[in-house]
Amino acid sequence: MNGFRYLEGVATVRLAEASCTGCGMCAKVCPHGVFSVPDGKARIIDRDACMECGACAMNCPGNAITVSPGVGCATSILNGWLSGSKPSCAC
Amino acid sequence: MEPVSYREGFLDGWVETPAGPVPRVVATLRARDILGRWKVRWGIGRGRYRIAPRLYAAGNPVPESPVLVTANYKMTWDALRKELGGVDAWILVLDTDGVNVWCAAGKGAFGTDEVVRRVTESRLADVVTHRRLILPQLGAPGVSAHRVRKGCGFGVTYGPVYARDIKRFLADGMKAAPEMRRVAFPLAERLSLTPMEIVGLLKPVGLALPVLFLLAGIGPGVFSLSGAWQRGTAALAILAAGILGGAVATPLLLPWIPWKAFSIKGAFIGALLAASGAALYRDAVGPLQTLAILSALPAVSSFVAMNFTGATPFTSPSGVEKEMRRAIPVQAALAASAIVFWITGALAG
Ligand code: SF4
Ligand code: SF4
Repeated sequence: MNGFRYLEGVATVRLAEASCTGCGMCAKVCPHGVFSVPDGKARIIDRDACMECGACAMNCPGNAITVSPGVGCATSILNGWLSGSKPSCAC
Repeated sequence: MEPVSYREGFLDGWVETPAGPVPRVVATLRARDILGRWKVRWGIGRGRYRIAPRLYAAGNPVPESPVLVTANYKMTWDALRKELGGVDAWILVLDTDGVNVWCAAGKGAFGTDEVVRRVTESRLADVVTHRRLILPQLGAPGVSAHRVRKGCGFGVTYGPVYARDIKRFLADGMKAAPEMRRVAFPLAERLSLTPMEIVGLLKPVGLALPVLFLLAGIGPGVFSLSGAWQRGTAALAILAAGILGGAVATPLLLPWIPWKAFSIKGAFIGALLAASGAALYRDAVGPLQTLAILSALPAVSSFVAMNFTGATPFTSPSGVEKEMRRAIPVQAALAASAIVFWITGALAG
């Protein structure tokens, strides 16, 4: 995704290594290569590539990953602000 | 809403199974599938573009054949079945309300519960001897693999992001090469998303038009109809240019415009358009009008470009929110000063 990097230092994805069993699921489901599981423990190798889709946390059997998931969509965030509710996507 | 019936278009028979006959899918698209895709790209009939959720057969599947899971959005369905020529497999179509895998997963409609429900309802355990489902990787935000196993006894293997890699994935023993696990956002896809961006803006533009033409009538002396018409159409042209800049030019040029924030990318394209426009019509527009164009066009283009974040597969909600908090006040200030320049320009005659 050269040329398709978004804002840095904002992604909320976090990993609690102690709970990780090294199953490798996070590296499989992430569409942006945020995780690597080199030696039985997952690592975040590219946090800024994360789009907060939530796939990794959803599929981590050890509950080692947290992320505040959502759709990165300005229209839905704006609608959320205007209606005072949770952003919802129209796609 | 009743789904449109596409049966005769993509089914060509039945495969007998212990759970009853399963309809067999044709792996080629017809002219009307392609026409349908074009219409949906422009937002026509989008809500009804769905197929019946159930188990289907591709080729001549046997009880050992793999099970592919997908959404019941007709466009997603077509993208999958056209890749299945020569493949013997079962296809389990979930009820995602006619929404594609990625968006439905985000909403939870392509989700753990729906997988479990559809597996149970279709009596999949009677049809196949193995206990494995292949899900598109982009369904993972809605589905928890370990909970699906608990819920219905089927394990989940995430397949490639794109249907075009499914044959290779199956041939390689259900292994996806790293590049099959990454999303891409090529020019053709960005182009195919622009019509919906424009269609989505028609309504707000329609609402803004009367205000624009009323403001256009303000000039020295009384409200003038011919002035309203002339200056109104000029303002409409600026608005249209801003929309094209933000909804078409920025998405197409996305990776080549420097800066990461979409609002800045859009403002940059808008400024380029404004500067060329002002240069082109320099004899016709006065200094205040020029300032109005230079503020209005980047503001519109910036706002519209920012909305394209919703169509991309790489912008995080945290990032978009941060960008919006900074960009919206600037866009609003630019738009307000554009109106001030425009009206004072007219009053000065
Ligand atoms: S999915 Fe969870 S348990 Fe598995 S490797 Fe990743 S962090 Fe570790
Ligand atoms: S939230 Fe999505 S993009 Fe971010 S690390 Fe997890 S899977 Fe990857």
